[in-house]
Amino acid sequence: MNGSSVIVKVVSLAIILPALTFGLYIIAHGHLTPGGGFQGGAIIASALAIFLVAFAKQASKTLRKNLLSALECLALLGFIGLSFLGLGKSFFFNFLANSGLIFGQAVPFGPNPGFINTAGVIPLMNFFVGLEVSCALTIIVLTMLKAGGDKK
Amino acid sequence: MELAKIAFFLIFTYFLLACALLLRPFGKPAVSDMDEYFILNAQREAASNNVVASIVFDYRGLDTLGEATVLFAAVSSIVLLFRGAPK
Repeated sequence: MNGSSVIVKVVSLAIILPALTFGLYIIAHGHLTPGGGFQGGAIIASALAIFLVAFAKQASKTLRKNLLSALECLALLGFIGLSFLGLGKSFFFNFLANSGLIFGQAVPFGPNPGFINTAGVIPLMNFFVGLEVSCALTIIVLTMLKAGGDKK
Repeated sequence: MELAKIAFFLIFTYFLLACALLLRPFGKPAVSDMDEYFILNAQREAASNNVVASIVFDYRGLDTLGEATVLFAAVSSIVLLFRGAPK
């Protein structure tokens, strides 16, 4: 678990931060552009996988499996809880849409430039799903790296 | 035996060709009530420009919940599988 050579380390440091930012952008604009929680979570998880491959020893100290699995369970519980909050009308009811609260702005019909403060619970669900997917895929990489990684 | 193979090959080829000829033209899907409903009402009801996102997280949210649960089960089983691995 020594990590990779200097070249791989420098290049991965140059890649990781833009990849994390791009993943957060995809999650945050899930209700406006193609993409969303699953896709952005996969991008964040691939950035963390590059981090794990390049800096094996330091990275497995920084990314702890207990913390990641706790975050994953909390995100899944938040997703389910958010869907239960709409139970006044039905399961998974979008109770924040058109309400004037957070993400509650109405959208005009037809093509429009897109407003970030719209879509009700969809951005929150995107956030929870993105957190869950990124933590889940990172846990898979971390577990396999610890169990079968190079033992030198 | 050879004759049966050739006959099967010819029948299957003609079946595929007939299917290709019977396809609907590109960009002209079959008319259904649901897609018209989503295109006309999704922006008003779910207040989301991305109609696909409003279907995935609002109209068919239970489907997304199932996908997230499948991912959770996969991660749990992988952690269980590698629990006995030598450190």
